[in-house]
Amino acid sequence: MFFYLLNRVMQAAALLVGVSLITFLLLYVMPADPARQIAGRSATPETVATIRQQLGLDQPLYVQYTRYLAGLATFDLGRSYAQKTQVTSILASRLPATLLLMLAAISAEIVIGLCIGLVGAVWRGTSIDNGAMVASFIGVSTPQFVAAMAMLYTFSVTLDWLPVGGYGELQHLVLPALTLGLLGAGWYARMMRSMMIEVLSQDYIRTARAKGASGTRIIFVHALRNAVIPIIAMIGIDIGYFMSGAVVVESVFGWPGIGQLTWQSIQQVDIPAIMGITLLAATAVIIGNLIADIVAPLIDPRVKLYPTR
Amino acid sequence: MPNRFFYAVVTLIIPLVLCLPTAQAQEGKSGGSIIVTYKDDIVTLDPAIGYDWVNWSMIKSIFSRLLDYKPGTTELVPSLAESYEISKDGLTYTFALRKGVKFHNGRELVADDVKYSIERTNNPKTESPGAGFYDMIAGMEAFKKGKAIEVKGIAVLGKHSIKFTLDRRDATFLHVMALNFSSVVPKEIVDKEGKDFGKRPVGSGAYSVAEWKLGQQLIFKKNPSYFVAGVPKLDQITFQVGLEPMTAMLKLEKGEADVAGDGIPPAKFLEIKNNPKYAGMIIEGGQLQTGYISLNVQMKPFDDPRVRQAVNMAVNKDRIVKIINNRAVPAVQPLPPSMPGHDKSFTGYPYDPAKAKEVLKSAGLEKGFKTTMYVFNVDPNPRIAQAIQQDLKEIGIEVALKSLAQANVIAAGGKPKTAPMIWSGGMAWIADFPDPSNFYGPILGCTGATPGGWNWSWYCNKDLDKRAAAADAMSDPARSAERAQAWRTVFTDIMKDAPWVPVFHEQRFTFRSKRLGGPDSLYVDPVRIPINYDHIYIKG
Repeated sequence: MFFYLLNRVMQAAALLVGVSLITFLLLYVMPADPARQIAGRSATPETVATIRQQLGLDQPLYVQYTRYLAGLATFDLGRSYAQKTQVTSILASRLPATLLLMLAAISAEIVIGLCIGLVGAVWRGTSIDNGAMVASFIGVSTPQFVAAMAMLYTFSVTLDWLPVGGYGELQHLVLPALTLGLLGAGWYARMMRSMMIEVLSQDYIRTARAKGASGTRIIFVHALRNAVIPIIAMIGIDIGYFMSGAVVVESVFGWPGIGQLTWQSIQQVDIPAIMGITLLAATAVIIGNLIADIVAPLIDPRVKLYPTR
Repeated sequence: MPNRFFYAVVTLIIPLVLCLPTAQAQEGKSGGSIIVTYKDDIVTLDPAIGYDWVNWSMIKSIFSRLLDYKPGTTELVPSLAESYEISKDGLTYTFALRKGVKFHNGRELVADDVKYSIERTNNPKTESPGAGFYDMIAGMEAFKKGKAIEVKGIAVLGKHSIKFTLDRRDATFLHVMALNFSSVVPKEIVDKEGKDFGKRPVGSGAYSVAEWKLGQQLIFKKNPSYFVAGVPKLDQITFQVGLEPMTAMLKLEKGEADVAGDGIPPAKFLEIKNNPKYAGMIIEGGQLQTGYISLNVQMKPFDDPRVRQAVNMAVNKDRIVKIINNRAVPAVQPLPPSMPGHDKSFTGYPYDPAKAKEVLKSAGLEKGFKTTMYVFNVDPNPRIAQAIQQDLKEIGIEVALKSLAQANVIAAGGKPKTAPMIWSGGMAWIADFPDPSNFYGPILGCTGATPGGWNWSWYCNKDLDKRAAAADAMSDPARSAERAQAWRTVFTDIMKDAPWVPVFHEQRFTFRSKRLGGPDSLYVDPVRIPINYDHIYIKG
C-alpha cells in the first residue's frame, strides 16, 4: 500500500510539472505585457522597467520557468499581479468557500441523481422512467447561468425564501449547491440507472429473489452496493471539476470561491493567479481520482487497488 | 454498507432543506450602516498603488491629502492643509498643515509624513502607477533615477509647514496634490506591513478599515476623530464583493443592498429606467470621459488629414448613442462637457456621408480602402464597433474588426504602426483629475506617442505641445479663465487635424436604495467615483 501511494504521488508530481509547463508556455505567448499592466496607464518608463526587472520578466523564458518551479517546490506560487499579494494566500482565502460548495453540491447531485436513477431502473420502460430520463437530460443540458438566474429569481425574488447571493450563512449555500446539484444530477441518474439495470439482471439477484428477499432489500442491500462503484469514480472526477469549474454559479451567486477567482483572474490577465488556480485544480483532480481508487475496493472487495501476486 | 453510505449523504442534505424557512429572517441592519456591492474583488487600498474605479473612492475615504474637492464638485479646497501660499513667480507652494490631525493608529500627522508619502509614491521601488504626475517638482528626476536620496524640492519647514519648489510653473500641481497618490501614509506602518500595507491600510481619512475578508467583504468603520466635524455621516459601510451586476440589482430590489457599485447592467437599463417602481433610485450624472476612435497618423491612408476628416463625417454618433440606450451624449471634441475648456459652440464634423465621400475623393480614395479596427471584446464595444463598421462601409471604407481582450488592445495601441484604428470604449479615456491638461499629454501630446504610451493615434504636433505647456504655465489661480481659453483652442485646433473621431461622453447612472439621502451630486461625484462615501447618509 505504501509503495503504491508513493508511486501515485510521484506520478502526480510529474503530472503537475507537465501542467505547469504547458500553462506557463500558453500564458507566456500572450501579447499583453504584464509589467505595463501592473504599472497602469500613467506610469513612467522607469517604473515599468523596475517592475519588469523585479518580476524577472526581463529574463529568458527558461530562467523564468525554472524560478517558478523552484518557488513551487516551496509552495510559493508568486505574487498576484492584480491583487498585489501572495497567490497562496489568495487561494487559501478562497478554498473554504469552494470546499463547502463542493461538498454540498456533490451531496445534492448524489441524492438527486441516485434517486432518479434508482426510480428509472426499478420502473424501467414505464412513463416514470421516461420522465426521469428526460428530466436528467434537461438538467445536464441547461446552461449554468440560465439555471442560476432562474433559481435566484424564483426562490429569492419571487418567493423571498432565501437571500440573493452572498456568503457566510447556511442559507447562502442552498441555491448555489442546489443549482449545481440539479444540473449535475443528470449524469449520476443516467449512470445509476444503467448500472442498476445491469446489476438487477445478474444471477445473484435472481437467487436473492428466489430465496424470498423483499424488493427493498434486494435493491438497497444486494444491488446498490454493486452499482455505486462507477459513481465513486464520478465523484472523484467531480472533486476536480468543482475545484475549478463552478465559475458561472460562483459568479452569479457571489460565492467567494475559486471559480469566481478564476473568472476575475482571467479578465485581469493575472498570470500568477491563473497558474496557481490551474495547478490547484490539477492537484484536486489527481487527489479526487486517488480517493476514488482507494475507496472503491472498500465497497467492492472484487476491485483491487493494485495487482497482488 | 450502501444503506449507510446513502443515509450519510441524506443526513448531510437534511439540515440544508430544514433551514429554508428561517432564511426569511434576513432583515435588520443597524441604523447607520449601508451595503455597497461590487463585482470585482478590491485589489489594494494602498494609495500609491490603487488605480481602479472600485478602490479609487475607497482610498479617498481612508486617507487624506493636502487638498481635496468640495463634495460633488470639481472645485479644489484645502483639506490636510489649512491654507497655502503661492509665490509670485509661481514656483513655490507653502502649505500650513492643520494641527492635531491623527492617523487611525492615534499618532499625529506632521509635515514629515507628507514629504515621506510623496517620495514613497515616486520611489521606483513602490511601483506606483502615479509616479508620472510629479515631474514638475524640483529634484524629482534625480530622486527617481536614484541620484538623490530625497526630493530636493520638498522641504519640511516645521512640524506643520511644508514647501514645494517646482522646476516650472504648472497649473496642475494643486490637482496633483489632491490625487490619491498624494495621500499621506504613516511611515512606521508602511515599514511594518511592507507590500501588505494595501491590505491593512492606516490613514487619516473619514473611515478606517475594520475588517477585510479577501474575496468576500470589506468593512469601513467611522473614524470618530476625523478632522472634519460631522463627517462621515455613516457609522459603517460594508462592501460585498464578487456579486455580478444582475445579482446586485436583485439584492437592491429586495433591500439587501444600498448601492450597486457597478451600476445598472446594460441589458436591464431600459427596463429599470422606465419602471416607475425605481423612480428616485437612479441618479444620472456626467463623467469626465470621452469614447473615441483613434486614427493612426503614421499609417496609410490615415497619414492624410483629409481621410481622417472624412471618417469623422461618416460616423453617425446619434445612432451609436441609441445603441447604448442613451447612456451617453454625442461628442464633437476631445474634452467632455463638464471639463474646463470644453467649447460649447464647437460643432466639429457633423454627420454627412455625402460630404465625407467628396473629401475622400479629393484625397484620391474615391474607391475607398480596407483597414482594421481594434476593439475591446466586452459588450457593448463590439456592437459599437459594428455600427462604426457599417457607417464607414457607406463611404467605401471596408473595416475588419479585431475584437480582443483589453490588455491586448492596449498593447497593440502602444506599438508603432500596428493598429490603424482603435475604438477606445472600455479603456480610454477618463480623466485622473478635472483638468484639461490630463486629456492632452498622455493621449494626444508627443509624450504619449511612444511605445507603450496611450497616444494611439501617434499624433505629435510640436506647435500644440508648446501651446499646451504655455497653458499649464498659467498657474496663477487668477488666470484660470485665460488658461481654460488657451486649452479650448488647443483642443479645437487638434480637431482640424482630426487624429480622433470623438464619439460620445458616457453618462453615469448610480442605482441606490431609497433610504439613502444627500444631494444627488454625491452619488455621481465627478472626483469620487462611483460615490462620495464621506457625505452620504440614511434618511429619516
